[in-house]
Amino acid sequence: MACNGSACQSGCYKNGDELAAPEEGGAAAASNSNSNSSSNGSGNNLCVKCKVKEPFTVAGGGGGEDGRFCAECFRSNLFGKFRHAVTSNAMIGPTDNVLVAFSGGPASRVALQFVHELQYKAQKNFDASRDRSLPVFGVGVAFVDESAAHLPSSDKAMDQAIEDVKSLVLELSPPAKELHHFPIESICSGDSSDQREKLKEVLNAVTDATGKEDFLVHLRMLALQKIASENGYTRVVLGSCTSRIACHVISATVKGRGYSLPADIQYVDARWEAPVVLPLHDCLAQELNMLCHLDGLKTIELPYEPQSTINSLISSFVALLQEENPSRESTIVRTAGKLTPFAFNRIPEINDTNVPLATRRRQKRSSLKLNGSISSESFCPMCYSPLIQSKVQALDTPEASKTNSYIFGSSCCSSCRFQILPQDPLCMEHFYSHLPPPLVARASSGNAHDIRSLREHIQDYLLLDSDNEQ
Amino acid sequence: MEETAAKPRRSGGGGRQCCICHERRPALKRPKTLEQIATFLLRLHEKSCCINRSTEMLALKICRECFYAVFEEEIHQVIVENQLFKPGERIGIGASGGKDSTVLAYVLSELNKRHNYGLDLFLLSVDEGITGYRDDSLETVKRNEVQYGLPLKIVSYKDLYGWTMDEIVKMIGLKNNCTFCGVFRRQALDRGAALLKVDKLATGHNADDIAETVLLNILRGDIASLNHVFTYAYFKKLDYFSTECIYSPNAYRGFAREFIKDLERIRPRAILDIIKSGEDFRIATSTKMPEQGTCERCGYISSQKWCKACVLLEGLNRGMPKLGIGRSRGLNSNQMKTDKPTSRTKSIESKQCGSLDF
Repeated sequence: MACNGSACQSGCYKNGDELAAPEEGGAAAASNSNSNSSSNGSGNNLCVKCKVKEPFTVAGGGGGEDGRFCAECFRSNLFGKFRHAVTSNAMIGPTDNVLVAFSGGPASRVALQFVHELQYKAQKNFDASRDRSLPVFGVGVAFVDESAAHLPSSDKAMDQAIEDVKSLVLELSPPAKELHHFPIESICSGDSSDQREKLKEVLNAVTDATGKEDFLVHLRMLALQKIASENGYTRVVLGSCTSRIACHVISATVKGRGYSLPADIQYVDARWEAPVVLPLHDCLAQELNMLCHLDGLKTIELPYEPQSTINSLISSFVALLQEENPSRESTIVRTAGKLTPFAFNRIPEINDTNVPLATRRRQKRSSLKLNGSISSESFCPMCYSPLIQSKVQALDTPEASKTNSYIFGSSCCSSCRFQILPQDPLCMEHFYSHLPPPLVARASSGNAHDIRSLREHIQDYLLLDSDNEQ
Repeated sequence: MEETAAKPRRSGGGGRQCCICHERRPALKRPKTLEQIATFLLRLHEKSCCINRSTEMLALKICRECFYAVFEEEIHQVIVENQLFKPGERIGIGASGGKDSTVLAYVLSELNKRHNYGLDLFLLSVDEGITGYRDDSLETVKRNEVQYGLPLKIVSYKDLYGWTMDEIVKMIGLKNNCTFCGVFRRQALDRGAALLKVDKLATGHNADDIAETVLLNILRGDIASLNHVFTYAYFKKLDYFSTECIYSPNAYRGFAREFIKDLERIRPRAILDIIKSGEDFRIATSTKMPEQGTCERCGYISSQKWCKACVLLEGLNRGMPKLGIGRSRGLNSNQMKTDKPTSRTKSIESKQCGSLDF
């Protein structure tokens, strides 16, 4: 049973319909009979893995993980998941230059830590080897500074946070890593005050709170890609964990983005020039939090106000479900994992003979898994999600008045059109003119759909005539 | 809504009249509902055209007569466009006595006459044997039979299985009772439909129900059902009518329902967006779909040796209330371990129509 039977009060469908298999990492299995403190037989408590040491417990109850593993085994289990994700998806090769996106939070802190450990081991092997055939991959850290979007002016707490990030990265050597502190407004054109202005304009134009939050996420990815391309990084590592992915599954569903959902939740996303990889894909937020706690990994909290959006509603919802059933997040991700991924959800094959054969072979193997994946030719310029090809855009304005902003808008997915793009044409013009150049460039790179005229018989179905004020 | 003296022939947009007829005063007080309807209508046609969706369009003001006309017309369009019925078919209307199914019965019978669908309509009701809940709503259905002139068939759990829900709850308590009821109801509807010799079953599931089911299937890992969620009865709800089954307070579905309510408050169109997402999901063909066989005990369609209802019944009759609840237990335990989809999925698949498990 996936559910913690005795404690769960809800009369849920706890029958054969519950298709989740209890995960090692997450489930508070019914086998947890020897759990938490004051029960019978103190001597019975042993780590389920090594059966030697005593499991650690977190004061107040750590939920699913509590009382199962000793600290060592817990850590190695978590690192094992990370390493398995990296090797079986050929995420990081010896010739790669990896950019780790660091937000300050526990998940990206663990991602950074684990990547560092991987690199450190590789470096030691390199130093010890005689022929030095296998180079060590490079690691850099990106900190996208979104304070211009959240805070009115320069903020002491923010300055301190940035200093903390700097010293944190300094400590993660050898091997030394470069930190790229990137203010998000830098993706806009112009000098720094222009950029701040443009960012504010463009964010204010988005009236929907959830749309604004999502828009910022799209800008963040643009920023990461910009850092990667300007500094020669070949991979971007995100700390997205199972819990975060589960929330994304629900939020994409709720925003009508069911078609493109699989693109975002795989281990690899190669839509971008520097493919984005998710090595913590199989780790729960709770586990990552616990590891930071256990190992004293420093996290940095940013002084942003939480917004009330659909995304935050979903986070609370998923957290609630996870409390009720500790395998819920895994189940959600597993279910969504059955959706067909896209052709770009794997590392593209390397034909470069300079890359070691073993690496190339590994990539070939991982790419075989994605048989039957979907090829998509066009993407929404705003969120870069793949678009369903059959959708025909027919618009009711004459060819002559089709401005660039209009064309941009019409080539966006319906979700972005609803929650991000301004409805009023004038606002849209203004918005479009302030967009960062990389976003604008996407739309004109052959994405624009053919404009067809509105078919006559559809008119009958409309309640109102197209507004005549145009 | 403000009331003004009717001014004839004022153009739409900022007018204070019904936006459709421009004559009568707006009568409907629930803009949220209308926004949903408008959004739904717009979405229905989104596939064939891109409509400039200014927010003014959504602040519709509509009089009662036009509302009826719009609503009925919308349902007619759904029926026609999706070719839901053929002339001469016998259609069973799943009738609970609630607003949704009453509306469904009324509208279908109206449209059948108005547009000459040539259908034979029947009311089909399930009596689970829940005192103080079902007996009240069954009275409504009996009135519908008289009001709309549609023959009624009631199938009861007592007749089919020998147990009422009241008796089941007395035996197993309030934790897994919904499981029993759901499994039994599905079979009951099916058996009732077979008794009536109907070709199709129409249900009054509304967008909220469908959205809720899409979500629940994601949460539970039931990918096979996602394929089958889309009932052809795409009826938009009018009001949120929630007479909860008296046994339901602890139902897991409550989590999802609460979430959907909150979601709808923030963004009304999210319900339809959930449905859209569900439609757009591409499920890998390698996902195992259940194989169709028959139950050894009752002959009903089953993917296991015994159908789910028989397994549960066996448990009840033997005083083993947990039989069939949870995984890898009971008669089908070997099969349950390897075949991921359950009998729940199989009976959805096996139906020729969309009698869905909600």
